[in-house]
Amino acid sequence: MKRSHTHENFTMDSVPSTYYQFLEISVRELLIEKGLLSAEEIRKTVKEMDSRGPERGAQVVARAWVDLNYKQLLLQNASYAVKELGIDIGPLQLMVVENTPKVHNLIVCTLCSCYPRSLLGLPPDWYKSREYRSRAVREPRAVLREFGTNLPAEMEVRVHDSTADLRYLVLPLRPEGTQHLTEDELAALVKRDSMIGITTVEFY
Amino acid sequence: MTPVFQPGDAVRVLKGSPPGHIRTPFYVRGCEGIVERFVGKYQNPEEMAFGRFDAPIVPLYRIRFKQQDVWPDYRGNPQDTIEVEIYEFWLEPTNL
Amino acid sequence: MKRDFTSRNHHDMGGLEAGQIKPVEHDYELWEKNVDAMMVLLTSKSPKLMSVDQLRKGIESLPPDAYEKMSYYERWIFSITQALQYNDVLTTKELSRKLAEVQTRYETIIT
Repeated sequence: MKRSHTHENFTMDSVPSTYYQFLEISVRELLIEKGLLSAEEIRKTVKEMDSRGPERGAQVVARAWVDLNYKQLLLQNASYAVKELGIDIGPLQLMVVENTPKVHNLIVCTLCSCYPRSLLGLPPDWYKSREYRSRAVREPRAVLREFGTNLPAEMEVRVHDSTADLRYLVLPLRPEGTQHLTEDELAALVKRDSMIGITTVEFY
Repeated sequence: MTPVFQPGDAVRVLKGSPPGHIRTPFYVRGCEGIVERFVGKYQNPEEMAFGRFDAPIVPLYRIRFKQQDVWPDYRGNPQDTIEVEIYEFWLEPTNL
Repeated sequence: MKRDFTSRNHHDMGGLEAGQIKPVEHDYELWEKNVDAMMVLLTSKSPKLMSVDQLRKGIESLPPDAYEKMSYYERWIFSITQALQYNDVLTTKELSRKLAEVQTRYETIIT
C-alpha cells in the first residue's frame, strides 16, 4: 500500500482521528485544488491569528489611560482610534465602553460568540459556554462574583449583548497608585478578562 | 433610507418567534427600552443566512433596557441595564 | 386564557438557568485554527464564498443534543460544509470522493 508524505500539516501528532478532523482536511484540500483558496494564504491567516492576543487591547487601554484626547477619540470612534495603533477591525465596527466609579460594563454574545478578535485574539472557551451565555445577561453580578469580582451594590452594571455588527471592548478603570508607571508598564497590568469586563485591573 | 428612530426614543421589541436566522434574542422580545444610538445600516442577516447576498440594507440600533424591565425577578441594582443591538424592523414605537 | 405559541431555538440561550461557569480554556489545535482561517478567507473573498450568517444559521440548525455534544470548531466545520454545498462551491460528490481519499491515506500511514 502506498504511503504518502507529501501532504501539508502532517506530523504524527496531527494525525486526524475524528470525522470532523477528516472533514476539515477534505474541505481545505478541495478548496485548494479548485484554486479558491491557497495553502499559503491559509497558513498566513493562521499565523496572523496566532500573532493577535490581548496585548493589543492592553496597548489601547494603556494609551487611553495616559492620553485623554486619545481616550475621547476611542470613545467616539473606536474603529478609527485603534488604527493609530496599527489595529484593523475590518468590516466590523468597534465600540469601547468605559468603566467608571459608577458604571461597570460586561460583554457577552448570547447567540453565539462574537468577540473583538482583532484586539484580544480568539475567545476563551468559557466565553462561548452555555453557562456564561445564559447567565451573564440575567445575573451579571453573580457571574462577576464567580470570577472574583465584587462590585459595590450602588454601582450600575451594564451588560452588552453583542448581537450584530459591533464588537465591544471594555476600558477598565485605571487602578490607584499607578501615576508613576510608563505606558508599557500600564499595558502589562491589563489582562484579557478585564477587557471583557469579567474582572478589573489590579495594582498592588 | 433614513433611520426611523432617534436616540432617546422609547421603543418596544416585537414579539414572536419566527423560524429562520434571527438576531433578536428571545429574552428581549416584547420588552420596552430606549434607543441608545443608531449604529449604522447593514445587510439583513435574516436574508444573508439563506445565501441571498444581495439582501436589503436595514438600519441597526442599540437599545438600552432596564434589567428589571427584562427579568421579572431581577435582583440587582434597579439602575442595572442591558444594551442589545436590534434591527429596525424588530422595533415599534411604544406610543403605538 | 391567551395561548402562547412562542418557542426559542436551542442556541438562543440568554436568560436560561445554567450552572457554574467553568473558567476553562484550551490551546487551539491546528485543525481548529485551519477551520477558523478558512472561515475568515471564505467570507472575505470577492465575491464571498459564504457569509458568517450562513455559518451561524447552520450551527443553529443542529439539534440540541448534537449542539451540546459537538465541540465549537466541529460545529463550525459542519456548518461550513453545509453552506459551501448550498452555495455550489463544493458538491456532495466531490466531498464524498475526497473524504474517502483522505481516510484511506491516513489509514495506510497508521497501519
